[in-house]
Amino acid sequence: MSEFSKEQLNFIKGQKKHQRIVNISRVLILLSFLFLWEFSANVGWIDSFIFSSPSKIALCFWEMVVDKSIFLHVGVTLYETIISFILVILVSILTAVCLWFSKKLSEILDPYIVVLNSLPKSALAPLLIVWLGANQTTIIVAGMSVAIFGSILSLYTSFITVDPGKVKLIYTLQGTKFQALIKVVLPHSLPAIISNMKVNIGLCLVGVIIGEFLAARNGLGYLIIYSSQVFSLGGILIR
Amino acid sequence: MDQVLELKNIHYTYHTLDGETPALTDISFSLNKGEFVAIVGPSGCGKSTLLSLIAGLINPEKGLIKINGKYLRESTTNIGYMLQHDELFEWRTIYHNVLLGLEIQHMLSAKTRARAHELLDIYGLKNFEKSHPSELSGGMRQRAALIRTLVLEPDILLLDEPFSALDYQTRLTVGDDIGQIIRQEGKSALLVTHDLSEAVSLADRVIILSGRPASIRQTIPLIFDLEQNTPLNRRNSPEFKNYFNLIWKELNCDE
Repeated sequence: MSEFSKEQLNFIKGQKKHQRIVNISRVLILLSFLFLWEFSANVGWIDSFIFSSPSKIALCFWEMVVDKSIFLHVGVTLYETIISFILVILVSILTAVCLWFSKKLSEILDPYIVVLNSLPKSALAPLLIVWLGANQTTIIVAGMSVAIFGSILSLYTSFITVDPGKVKLIYTLQGTKFQALIKVVLPHSLPAIISNMKVNIGLCLVGVIIGEFLAARNGLGYLIIYSSQVFSLGGILIR
Repeated sequence: MDQVLELKNIHYTYHTLDGETPALTDISFSLNKGEFVAIVGPSGCGKSTLLSLIAGLINPEKGLIKINGKYLRESTTNIGYMLQHDELFEWRTIYHNVLLGLEIQHMLSAKTRARAHELLDIYGLKNFEKSHPSELSGGMRQRAALIRTLVLEPDILLLDEPFSALDYQTRLTVGDDIGQIIRQEGKSALLVTHDLSEAVSLADRVIILSGRPASIRQTIPLIFDLEQNTPLNRRNSPEFKNYFNLIWKELNCDE
């Protein structure tokens, strides 16, 4: 460390101080929000029956941890989210590849995908129950329906924005279209695929919870609906 | 001399919904073994189209192309194509970029791998085998792209303005560099360019195309009386200026 100049040390000190202020302020904001909430519920500024309070929520959460019901619900939701997430990734990559392979197909299907993507997907959930029954399949399909069309669109966009020179290179090396896909298009799109996955895991969770609202006997979405029906606001707000 | 490449009465037209644009009309010429031919012409006259035809990426409307005496479709001769940009893949190292063509043609073997190492060594990229393209200078990248082509042992090299993306100084050195490499490897080469001095310094023969639709206006053989016939020596010789002016005049004679 001794070989650093005084200016460098000062700079490092300044940076560390900056980081410290950022971290402390973040924690402080959270704590003061919780404190204000708890305080105003206790002195009666807000109705704790409607707004609950941090201590009630913590208590409710602890009860569920003790009787282990929380683990079941979290586990079920997690399982459904992951299944629908994996299906979304597989189906959307496959579809985007097919669209990339056939310009005709992509032109034919383009308006349909755009329309399907702009549908309010949560409105589909009741339909899905009628079609598929009130079971886990419905919930997984609901999770997929939220993410899949946007995912196809963004992957396909990334596929067709590959530098045409690089695709031409494959053909000049006497490669096939399939090789262009494997050697150029997929590696080029890897960053897009990964960022797409990050968005989709969140969307799948939203979709699964919507599905659970309507068609489940366990899972976080079920818990939310159940709690609101028995007016245990604490139960909802845990989530 | 043996003809490695022969074009006869080639016609090609681009079609769009707005109409058709004839790009090439009645192009006939041949390339001898070990010969370096440059094709010059005004920009947008269809020079690159010509190379795409020879590489078999598109089919001529009329006319025929023969390689080593066989029709293009039946020919098994390897044609190396160097594009305007090096098109090295950033997600591969230089060594793996060089192997790309071998992978695609299912020719990866201990022998071809050794050949790739050897070429990288000969042309000064040995220490960069594990580097990614962004770590190399423009000239080195273009050299890596040439090695990627050479490792497939092509009989004919097609060069589509391969130096045009480089800055002037690099362009001169890389142009000379790559010209020497091609001669050293004894390849037949067809260079498309709009840079006249590049054509004169590298080629044995210059074919001058007219504006769109392109047809062959004239063919000028280049004869230099030099002990060491390198591109740089050519640039300094008295013949260079004469050839340059001659081609310049031909290109501009009807404008």
